[in-house]
Amino acid sequence: MDTRPTPPLAETAPPPSVGALFFGFLKLGLMGFGGVLPFARRMMVEDRRWLTPAEFTDLLGLCQFLPGGNIINMSVAIGLKFRGVAGAFAALIGLIAMPTLIVIGLGALYDRYQDDAVVHHLFAGLAAGAAGLLIATAVKIAAPLRTNPAGIAIALAGFLFVAVLRLPLLVTLGTLAPLSILMAWRRAS
Amino acid sequence: MTPILLSLFVIFAELSVLAFGGGNTILPEMQRQMVDVHHWMTAQQFSAMFALAQAAPGPNMMIVPMIGWRLAGLPGVLVTSLAKFGPSSLITAFALHLWERFKDRPWRRHIQQGLVPVTVGLVAASAALITEASVQNLTLALIAGASALAVLKTRAHPLAVLAAGAAIGLTGFGQG
Repeated sequence: MDTRPTPPLAETAPPPSVGALFFGFLKLGLMGFGGVLPFARRMMVEDRRWLTPAEFTDLLGLCQFLPGGNIINMSVAIGLKFRGVAGAFAALIGLIAMPTLIVIGLGALYDRYQDDAVVHHLFAGLAAGAAGLLIATAVKIAAPLRTNPAGIAIALAGFLFVAVLRLPLLVTLGTLAPLSILMAWRRAS
Repeated sequence: MTPILLSLFVIFAELSVLAFGGGNTILPEMQRQMVDVHHWMTAQQFSAMFALAQAAPGPNMMIVPMIGWRLAGLPGVLVTSLAKFGPSSLITAFALHLWERFKDRPWRRHIQQGLVPVTVGLVAASAALITEASVQNLTLALIAGASALAVLKTRAHPLAVLAAGAAIGLTGFGQG
């Protein structure tokens, strides 16, 4: 245990090795359920002090801006920042290795037992619960749009395109994203 | 590469570069490809796999290797994972070098703010499609509704909510 007084927030530890990146993200991959971002901040900023709080926020901004999962992008960015391409591979593979093995195991169990009546009921309840979590996520991220009528219109159009009309994602993003960005631009100026 | 592996690679590589706003925004397109376009699984099977992936630890796109395993075994896992995580990682690597230069520019904020309503629409669509496939009777509808309320109104852990849903489902009550 580190018993020294808490260092000032700007102080970071020496850069992690490729192995430290791999095992750090391996542990992270085993922690969070339905997303590991809250755990990521604790590990990288508070426990291992790889990044300052400001560096973490900055990097998260980049990762949210780009396509792909935030934490996936973050593992690549941090690996690259400290140890180049080898670091990026170590962090990314560390992050997804154990979850991949676990979901393959769960998937194999599902395939084997999905026709068993009792197991079928268990999976049905689990799937309904997961649907509920997704509904809650949608409600949470929709809340900030309450004061933005143009944003609500875009969100409704996106819902219509994808859930009702079943249009391809490329078509939906290709039409609504530029329109929405243009509206955000005008709203700001 | 076999035709199915090639199709999986193309589908997940496209999803990788279109996944603005995180994994939940691409679920409808993933479901559309798996169920409607290629008929590789039913909507119920897709939802069950999504639920299992949510019940497992790790980043929230772990349904991807699970689909790869189901459709094409170990090569399927490797191909779907490479296609889903490769392109977006390459984009991140290139953007990392440019980030210092453009992070404070006003257009970056406008793009990010403009993408928010689109993300909301896509996640709402995900929720609707997954719910439609998962909820076939009143009991399951009550589980879904109670789960959503539990997460929104209490500090319940998502895993506890999933476990409760599975436990109620296990009783078979109201499921015929």
